[in-house]
Amino acid sequence: MSTSIQNISLSGNKKQVSNKEMTFLERLYLIAIVKGLWITIKHFFKKKATIHYPEQVRPFSPVYRGRHMLKRDEQGRENCTACGLCALSCPAEAITMKAAERKPGEEHLYREEKYAEIYEINMLRCIFCGLCEEACPKDAIYLTISKELVPAQYHREDFIFGKDKLVMPLEMAMANTKKLN
Amino acid sequence: MESAFIIEKSVFIVVIFAFTMIMAMYSTWAERKVAAFLQDRVGPNRAGWGGLLQPLADGMKLFAKEEFEPNTKNRFLFFVGPAIAMSTALMTSAVIPWGDKLHIFGRDVILQATDIDVSLLYIFGIVSVGVYGIMIGGWASNNKFSLMGAVRAASQMVSYEVAMGLSIIALLMMTGTLSLKQICIDQPGMHWNVFYQPLSFLIFLICAFAETNRTPFDLAECESELIGGYHTEYSSMKMGFYLFAEYANMFISSTLISVLFFGGYNYPGMAWAVEHWGVNIANVIGIGALFVKLCFFIFFFMWIRWTIPRFRYDQLMNLGWKILIPLSIANIIITGICILAFK
Repeated sequence: MSTSIQNISLSGNKKQVSNKEMTFLERLYLIAIVKGLWITIKHFFKKKATIHYPEQVRPFSPVYRGRHMLKRDEQGRENCTACGLCALSCPAEAITMKAAERKPGEEHLYREEKYAEIYEINMLRCIFCGLCEEACPKDAIYLTISKELVPAQYHREDFIFGKDKLVMPLEMAMANTKKLN
Repeated sequence: MESAFIIEKSVFIVVIFAFTMIMAMYSTWAERKVAAFLQDRVGPNRAGWGGLLQPLADGMKLFAKEEFEPNTKNRFLFFVGPAIAMSTALMTSAVIPWGDKLHIFGRDVILQATDIDVSLLYIFGIVSVGVYGIMIGGWASNNKFSLMGAVRAASQMVSYEVAMGLSIIALLMMTGTLSLKQICIDQPGMHWNVFYQPLSFLIFLICAFAETNRTPFDLAECESELIGGYHTEYSSMKMGFYLFAEYANMFISSTLISVLFFGGYNYPGMAWAVEHWGVNIANVIGIGALFVKLCFFIFFFMWIRWTIPRFRYDQLMNLGWKILIPLSIANIIITGICILAFK
């Protein structure tokens, strides 16, 4: 049996519209209003869709690019050598840094002889494209690890994130090392 | 007049005033909460538990805002507008019977600021003066959008007042009194007027929506055509007064509906409670009963707001003049015939 194309309803929601006169009861609208009130009151008791953001965070996708993080290696040393390739690759020119030489006795802090004394990312400029992550030869900068958004601030200066906010916290590095062993 | 009487009445008036203000304040909170819940959201929840301090924060914000005045010809009228809107909204609560009476310090305290014989007429009179607050405010703003909004609000209120008054006449023919106290006494237990006058109730309810300028009749405020309506040019607490007056009106309308049609402070078994538990406890429960009823109607106002889309202006006028007024006149005739037939 073949159905004509007019009668096919793939969604199952197809309704025939008609232009016929409304009956007296329909024209009173009172029944329709009561029906509407019933629909809205059902929503009143429904489970709310809201996620209470700062207290409740939705799980991020594993490839979500959020706040940057400067990684530490398994011994807790900073990976970054301040080569500047991330800054060079950055299309938004959000990254600046100043290199310094590692002094004797600082080997437990920095992995190589050169490290970033100052490392700043302007979060207002950053477009979270992840090119810095791709450019980094030392596996130092990642956008997918922190699983955090950049929070709102009142002043422009507060959006320039220094090493205090960017470097991976020691506890996290320790936990990672433990997981490896 | 003895001084104890004056003290009693002044205390009562202050309490009623404070109560009206608090109800209007928390109506704004309830409005946002109800709106949110009906839309599957949670609403304000940051200021205080469940956002309960939100109205205070809003009030403080309105007080702290810059007072902006348009370059208007008549500054006096610009000030008078919100003042009239606010004071008329607060004056109506004077004749509402909140309960029968309490027995405190060996005195019978009547739970009504003043029991005048024509309290219903008084309320209608005050409510019609409320139109002036809107009209004057819109006129003095020196802004065509404000004026258009004010004209809309005023004509809507005036035309629905007719139907409202007519719908009440049927009720008055039945009760035979204009005193709200007497109307309350006449509906003990569950003998509510709504069961005898459902049509009158329906018309009154619709007109109450129009009188308070609420959805589906909120044509006075219209972002796409009239910006904010009559209070476009107002800022700071003057604006706050207009908004506040609207919520106070809603509170008074809900109270009036509960008193006229839903028995006011009466609840089933009130006479029994007076006998067994004493006047005081019975009447405190009575106040609670009235409170529950009026809260339901405030909720109903908000519930309707998120259910029915607004009317077009010609539909609004059609409904008022061509449907509600003939209907209420028919109701009067039917009531008259019924009274003749059954008494």
